[in-house]
Amino acid sequence: MKYGSIKKDDLNTWITHLKKKAKLYAPKKKENQFVFRPVKDINDISLKYIPTILPPKKYYFPQKEKLFKFGVNPFKTSKAISEFEEFILFGVHTCDIAGIQCMDVVFRESPEDPNYLNRKDKMIIIGIECLEYCDKYANCTSMGTHVPRGGYDLMMVDLGDNFILHVNSEKGEKLVSGLGYIKEADEKEMSQLERVREAKKKVFKEEFISSLQKVHEAFGNNFASGVWKDVGRRCVACGNCTAVCPTCYCFDVMDDMELSLASGTRYRVWNSCQMDDFAKVAGGEDFRKGRDSRQRHRYYRKFKYPVDKFNRYFCVGCGRCTRTCMADINLVETVNSILSAKDIE
Amino acid sequence: MKTSPYKPMKGRIIEAEMLTDKEKFFRIELEGKINLAHDPGQFVMVSIFGYGEAPISVCSSPTDKGYFDLTVRNVGVFTDKLHKLNKGDMVGIRGPFGKGFPVDNMFGYDLVVVGGGIGIVPLRSLIRYIMHNRNDFGNVQILLGCKTPKEMLFKEEAKEWMKRAEIKFNCTVDKADPEWKGNVGLITTLIPGVDINPSKTYAVVVGPPIMYKFVIVKLLEKNIPDHQIVVSLERRMRCGLGKCGHCQIEGVYVCQSGPVFNYNQLRDFKGECHEKAI
Repeated sequence: MKYGSIKKDDLNTWITHLKKKAKLYAPKKKENQFVFRPVKDINDISLKYIPTILPPKKYYFPQKEKLFKFGVNPFKTSKAISEFEEFILFGVHTCDIAGIQCMDVVFRESPEDPNYLNRKDKMIIIGIECLEYCDKYANCTSMGTHVPRGGYDLMMVDLGDNFILHVNSEKGEKLVSGLGYIKEADEKEMSQLERVREAKKKVFKEEFISSLQKVHEAFGNNFASGVWKDVGRRCVACGNCTAVCPTCYCFDVMDDMELSLASGTRYRVWNSCQMDDFAKVAGGEDFRKGRDSRQRHRYYRKFKYPVDKFNRYFCVGCGRCTRTCMADINLVETVNSILSAKDIE
Repeated sequence: MKTSPYKPMKGRIIEAEMLTDKEKFFRIELEGKINLAHDPGQFVMVSIFGYGEAPISVCSSPTDKGYFDLTVRNVGVFTDKLHKLNKGDMVGIRGPFGKGFPVDNMFGYDLVVVGGGIGIVPLRSLIRYIMHNRNDFGNVQILLGCKTPKEMLFKEEAKEWMKRAEIKFNCTVDKADPEWKGNVGLITTLIPGVDINPSKTYAVVVGPPIMYKFVIVKLLEKNIPDHQIVVSLERRMRCGLGKCGHCQIEGVYVCQSGPVFNYNQLRDFKGECHEKAI
């Protein structure tokens, strides 16, 4: 089956089925925001949501992740986790799926990161396509992430009375095959899907004042731009922007000791290039001292360096960094300022 | 299931000795006496469980078989704990990481080796490699700068180096003591006196960021081509695998693409690189 179809009335039956297959995580309302959470009651799932506070990255790249356990005397190391649990991320927006694709590129690059890859192997992604803007801070159209571009096992598109399900992998196929209530999509539904996608073109408009190609060029010419001074002056170096970013993956490595002081665990924990001592070396030299250079570094890690290296932008347009910024630093405004800045180099 | 590159190998300290008030030398044997198989200029991540991990330059040559050497300055919590370890103690070792000095490209060339302070530590891996493959290289001149004579590292070994053919060793100190008979002044004062054939010379520079700027200017004045000026950069490596982001200069992970760079690479870095001669 390439395209399946499920009636909205049968959705809960299917979700109950999914819940039995593997641990299920889905978006849920939390006060006036949304979060990805393990599904206890399927009625809590919210498929109409603004970007969750944190992207689902916490499940495939945990905030604090065991690398191994160790003993001090005798000196020994042992694996912390030998088995990873199969899990399903349900109702993931296409921007967050693009974020997972970025992580894949980084952690698959040699030398591979087995912690990420082992976990990713066990992950099943069921996406949901946004048919209207979920959030005023989004820049997904400019980034091309408002439409599905792979990286998922199943993609749900709301056609009114039913969802069409694009089956994109063997893992996805297994979750829809042999179920009486999921049928192969018929021609009528396929043309409906086309119409829905056409209608989207009227809703989603590019948020940057120029094309992505120009964004890359503008970053190439504006390393010394005054825009960075301005952003740096406002930044409070809280690190929120990097914590909520689906493509930020910087981490620190640290040890936790047991009370006995005889054994402990080595972890990696999320870290942020916005932190004061992030680039400071043992000799005391700080190679990225100013907030302006740290903010610039963050933007360049989205719009310049990964494009040069992987031919891929590492901004997915989710808008979380802007929404969470305590100093109202707005990504779209900053990129547009760089685009309209006079070339410096 | 893929194995973890974060799990260290077991290393036993087989020699430990204070070289100065601040620097301690360690000779380490890996479990099973396997060779580290590093290139001169590469580094390892050293673990003390409970205290974490730090990147340390290897200061022995890959031609030193069955063990490798580290020399560590006591600057913080981790290095202070490392200084308390002695012969027989265990440490965790990951690596070697990064790209070392381009010894294959240096084949047949004269070498000017410029070290500032603790910069002599990674350079020792290169110098020992040259000593063990002496016929592969032309004339070798070593220039070393220290704050005071007391802080000079590998003093005895330097005497051995000087006994070898075509090796000149010249040391300068910022501040002399009554016994000091050598040069007094910055390391840049030694470079004009160096007699070289620039197109046939590789210059290798390791030291604090401020030193690079001034030394590289002097080397460029000597007409050494950019790509034959080689530097090693200190950055805050946390993973060694080009992932954690701490050691990044622009789009480059120093732990993977460095720590050794040619000057033409260094020159092209726009910011966040205090070592550039502008």
